[in-house]
Amino acid sequence: MILRTVTTSEHKSGVKERRRSTLQHALARSFRRHWQLYLLILPPVVYFIIFKYVPMVNTVLAFKDYNVIKGIWGSPWAGTKYFDLLFQNPAFMMLIKNTLLISFYSLIVGFPIPILLALALNEIKNMKFKKTVQMVTYAPYFISTVVMVSIIMLFLSPRLGIVNTIASALGFEAVNFLGNPDMFRSIYVFSDVWQSMGYSAVIYLAALAGIDPSLYEAAKVDGANRLQKIINVDLPGLLPAAVIILILSVGNIMAVGFEKIYLLQNPLNLSASEIISTYVYKMGLLNANYSFATAVGLFNSVINLILLLTVNAAAKRLSNTSLW
Amino acid sequence: MSNLQSQTGRSGANRNSVIRESLGDRLFITAIYIILSLVLVAVLYPLIYIVSSSLSSPSAVSSGKVWLWPVDLSFEGYKAVLRNEQVLMGYANSLFYTACGTFISVALTIMIAYPLSKKTFVGRSTLMIFITFTMLFAGGLIPTYLVVKSLGLIDTRWALLIPNAIWVWQVIIARTFFQNSIPDELSEAADIDGCSDIRFIFSVILPLAKPIVAVLSLMYAVGQWNAYFDALIYLKSQSLYPLQLILRSILILGSSGNMDASEMIKQQQMAELMKYSLIVMASLPVLIIYPFVQRYFVQGMLIGSVKG
Repeated sequence: MILRTVTTSEHKSGVKERRRSTLQHALARSFRRHWQLYLLILPPVVYFIIFKYVPMVNTVLAFKDYNVIKGIWGSPWAGTKYFDLLFQNPAFMMLIKNTLLISFYSLIVGFPIPILLALALNEIKNMKFKKTVQMVTYAPYFISTVVMVSIIMLFLSPRLGIVNTIASALGFEAVNFLGNPDMFRSIYVFSDVWQSMGYSAVIYLAALAGIDPSLYEAAKVDGANRLQKIINVDLPGLLPAAVIILILSVGNIMAVGFEKIYLLQNPLNLSASEIISTYVYKMGLLNANYSFATAVGLFNSVINLILLLTVNAAAKRLSNTSLW
Repeated sequence: MSNLQSQTGRSGANRNSVIRESLGDRLFITAIYIILSLVLVAVLYPLIYIVSSSLSSPSAVSSGKVWLWPVDLSFEGYKAVLRNEQVLMGYANSLFYTACGTFISVALTIMIAYPLSKKTFVGRSTLMIFITFTMLFAGGLIPTYLVVKSLGLIDTRWALLIPNAIWVWQVIIARTFFQNSIPDELSEAADIDGCSDIRFIFSVILPLAKPIVAVLSLMYAVGQWNAYFDALIYLKSQSLYPLQLILRSILILGSSGNMDASEMIKQQQMAELMKYSLIVMASLPVLIIYPFVQRYFVQGMLIGSVKG
C-alpha cells in the first residue's frame, strides 16, 4: 500500500512538490534515498498480507455457505446460520467449559511456579548449583510436543509405565491415567510445568538481576530477613515483567495448546479434552465443514481478543503496566 | 550439602562485620536448597529414565526392571530404529526442512527487522502495528488452510517452509537488537560515503549482527525440527513427512504388525524399547547442541523481553 503511493508520487515529482503534505514529502525523499530498503521489506510484507491478512479477510467464510467451485466470494451468504448452529450445538457448552477450565488451571498453576523458581534461584549464592538447576530445568523446553506426549504416555501407561510400576510396588492399584477424564487436566497442566518452568523463569531472573542493589542494602539496614527481602524488594521488582506475562497468557486463554491436547486425546478422555481448537480441526479439515469450522474459530478469536484487551486495560489502570 | 556448608561458612566469615545471618535465614536458605534439589531430581529423573531404558534389553524394559540405570546394556533399540526406513526418511526430511526453513525464516526476519529499526524509515510505526496486530488476531485454521491450498502448496515441501516462515516475536527481537546495538552514526557515515543500503547491510550490518543471526537461527531451527502440525494438515504423501509425523504414527498411534504369538511378544517388547530409543534419537540433535548454545537462547529471551 505504502509502496504504491510512493511510486505514483515519484512520477509527479517536481511539479506538485510544494503542494505535497510534509508526510508525503518525507516519504518520497526517504524512498528515493532508501529505495533498496523498501525493496528489501517487500517480500516479508507480502508474506504478512498473504498468510496473515488474507486469512483474516477469509473469515467472512463464517457467514457464507462455502462452495468449493464458486470460492469464498462467490458462495452465497448464509447470515448467522453457522453461529446459530454453534450456539445450539449440545457440544458447545462442553467445548467452552473444557477450554476455559484447562486454560485457567494452567494459568493458576503455570504462572506462579516460574516466579517461585526464579526467586529461589536468586537466593542461591553457590553458582555451580544455581547454574546446574537452571540448565537442567531449561532443557525439557526443547523436547518436541510429539516426544513430550509420548513420554507422558510411556510413563503413565497402565501396564508398563514406570508410575504404575512404582504404584503397584507400593501396593496401589494400577490406574489408567489417560483414560480418566478427571485426570486429563492435571496431566496436561503439570507436564507443561515440568517442560517449561525453567524456560519461563529466565525472564524473571533477568528482572531480578536488574533490581537496584541499594534497595537490598536498605532492606538489610532496616533489618529485613530473607523472606521479608523477597516480599518487599524482589516481588515489587518482578511486578512489571509478571504483569506483561500475565496479560499475554490471558490473551492466549482461548488458544490453549492444540498440538499437545490433540495428541493426548483418546476416546476415553474426550469429555474433558475436547476443546474449541481440536473441534475446529475435526469439523473443518477432517469433516470438510469449512464454514462451520471457520465460525467456531472466529468466535474463539474474538473472545480471545476481547480478553486480551480487557486484561490489558485493567493492568494499565491498576499497575501502569501494559502491552502498549 | 558440602556446598551449602561452605557457602554459609564463607558468607559468615565475610559478612560478620555487617550483620550475621540469623537462624531463621539459615533455615530459610536450607529449605530453598532442599526444594531446588527436589525440583532438580524431578526434572532430571524422567530424562535419565528414558536414556537408560533406551540402552537396556527389550525384556528388561517391558518387565519394568529399569528404574534408574540401564539393565543388560544393549543397543537393540537403536539398531531397530536405524533399520527402520520410515524413520531414516523422516530424519532426512527433517534435516532438509530445518536447514531450508531456518535459512528462509532468518533471511525474511532480517529483511523486515532491519528497515523497521531505522529511524529514517518512513512508515515504520505503521508497519510495526501492521505486523504486531497479527499476534492479536488471526484468521484461524480453515481460512489459512484455504490460502495455502489456493496457492497450490498442499502436499509440497513449500507448505512447511513458507506459511509459517516469520514469527512476529522474532521480528521484534531482531528489531530491538538492531536498534540497540547498531549506532545511527554508522549508517550516516555510509550514506555520506555513497554506500548503498544493500551493500551496507552485507558489509557492515551482517558481520555485526552475528549474535542475533545465531539467536534467530537457533529459535527457528528448533521450532522447525519440533513442528508437526503444519505437516499434519498440509502433507499427504508419506515421503514428505518430517520426523515428528513419523514419530507420531509410531509412538502415539502405535503401528503393530500381525505375527504369531511368541513372535508377537518379542515384537511388542521390541516396539516398547524402540519408543525409548526413538525419543532419544529425535531429541538428540537439539539436546546435543543445547549446552553450547544455551547462552544464546537466554540472550534471545532477554532481548525479546525488553519492551520497545
